[in-house]
Amino acid sequence: MTTPIIKSPYLFDHPYPGKLIVVEGIDGSGKSTQLTLLRKWLESQGSNIFFTEWNSSALVKETTKRGKKTKALTPLTFSLLHATDFANRLYHQILPPLKAGMIVLADRYMYTAFARDAVRGVSPSWVRRLYSFALKPDLVFYFRVPIEVSLSRLLEGTRAELKYYEAGMDLGLSPNLVESFTIFQSRTLIEYDKIVHEFGLTVMDATLDIDEQQEQVRDIVSKALATYKPKRGTHAKREALFWRRFALPEPERTQGEADRG
Amino acid sequence: MPYQSLKGLKGKLIAVEGPDGVGRSTHIELLQEWLEVQGYGVLTTGWTRSELMSRTIASAKQGNILDPWSYSLLYATDFADRLEHQIIPALRSGFVVLADRYIYTAFARNTIRGCDRQWIRDVFGFAVVPDLVCYLRIDVDTLALRVIESKGMNYWECGMDMRLGADLYDSFKKYQGLIIEEFDKIAEEFGFQVVDARRPPEEIQEALRARILPILSEGRTKRIRKATEKGHLEKPAEKIVEYATEPTSAKEPVPTA
Repeated sequence: MTTPIIKSPYLFDHPYPGKLIVVEGIDGSGKSTQLTLLRKWLESQGSNIFFTEWNSSALVKETTKRGKKTKALTPLTFSLLHATDFANRLYHQILPPLKAGMIVLADRYMYTAFARDAVRGVSPSWVRRLYSFALKPDLVFYFRVPIEVSLSRLLEGTRAELKYYEAGMDLGLSPNLVESFTIFQSRTLIEYDKIVHEFGLTVMDATLDIDEQQEQVRDIVSKALATYKPKRGTHAKREALFWRRFALPEPERTQGEADRG
Repeated sequence: MPYQSLKGLKGKLIAVEGPDGVGRSTHIELLQEWLEVQGYGVLTTGWTRSELMSRTIASAKQGNILDPWSYSLLYATDFADRLEHQIIPALRSGFVVLADRYIYTAFARNTIRGCDRQWIRDVFGFAVVPDLVCYLRIDVDTLALRVIESKGMNYWECGMDMRLGADLYDSFKKYQGLIIEEFDKIAEEFGFQVVDARRPPEEIQEALRARILPILSEGRTKRIRKATEKGHLEKPAEKIVEYATEPTSAKEPVPTA
């Protein structure tokens, strides 16, 4: 498997009326926070949003968990399990809303696999061919952050711990969790930089303040959505927003709406 | 697998392919017995039998959550797990590995489910190429009778997920017909040894053994030459059996130094 030139099969835009927006970055880059804020904003604009997250399908979640617990996962099976999860979500979660004209927000996409699997020693060209069934997103944000920043966010922030595979402990880089994290994520950063170049990702400075980043994100998204015609009119969604904004206690009416939805 | 060296795999990898119910498992059991009597270390590995994935696949088959891609990739993951935890270690220590189905089953099943031919071959690009693939070839009418007579037809073997026919029998005929057609193409592409599986079991077993024998002696030429030099053996090919049953050489390969 030594193809010298990596052929990327994702050169064509998808033909569906919806939009697919992806965030990428290492752990602690703040990408999920930014995506949550983007979602809030888009919803407040009246768009219908579908949200999907890396490695979250019911099909393989249990297996990944079991494999991680018993440490039976090799780089190859690790890679294949994530591809299985992705395939399952693409088919069941991402494609239908895109065809229906919704905006799909994805926390991590195939680029995560390209970066991590390469660090784990899996052939980059093989992984790209593995994901050749994937759709090209309309917009991919890459939140670039130095390793020290992400590390301090993870250690001092809400999570306050590093996970075994997140730290690349399976690679035996160092017995020390923090040290292993630093080496593994630094290598991941290098891979991401190659991917940014290869796939033309939109790079964000993830060291900026949250609101500052979000302003830029919203700016870029509005431009990307210039041609997008939102599908409105799903009753349930608008009702939910209505209540969040005004919080008017009208129990009878709420009941009626809920029944209809 | 760039992170795993495949050099020095002393064992032999023999795969048996063929449609559901053709008698693969039965013949593999007989082959294992035959080889072990001769003193070969034998590992049998079967589709979906990995520790990591067998439960996942079983539960996935219960529900209607399989799409063509994750269907293929689940099996690929199962295969990768067995490859790294069973097949390669066994080959490295000189076992004969009998594979009940190999990647070609995935090629056949996923291609008729609409997956891209090249994609599925790419997905399994990490596989070790077998020393021999025996293809138990049968026609779909004989196969249908054989399956009904033995264990009956089930949902997946009939390809009911593909909605090819109204009932189990119709669906089975269409599905397995497509599988056989695809296997025939794959057999040509990868140079399978074709065994006519319409014949009585004893004849099939004999045909399989006849194809396996030369493969086994290939790897043993070094050892046999050594033994011949020492005067233990005169005609290598005929004396393999006798040599291999010596207690010292039963499972451990003879040191070549």
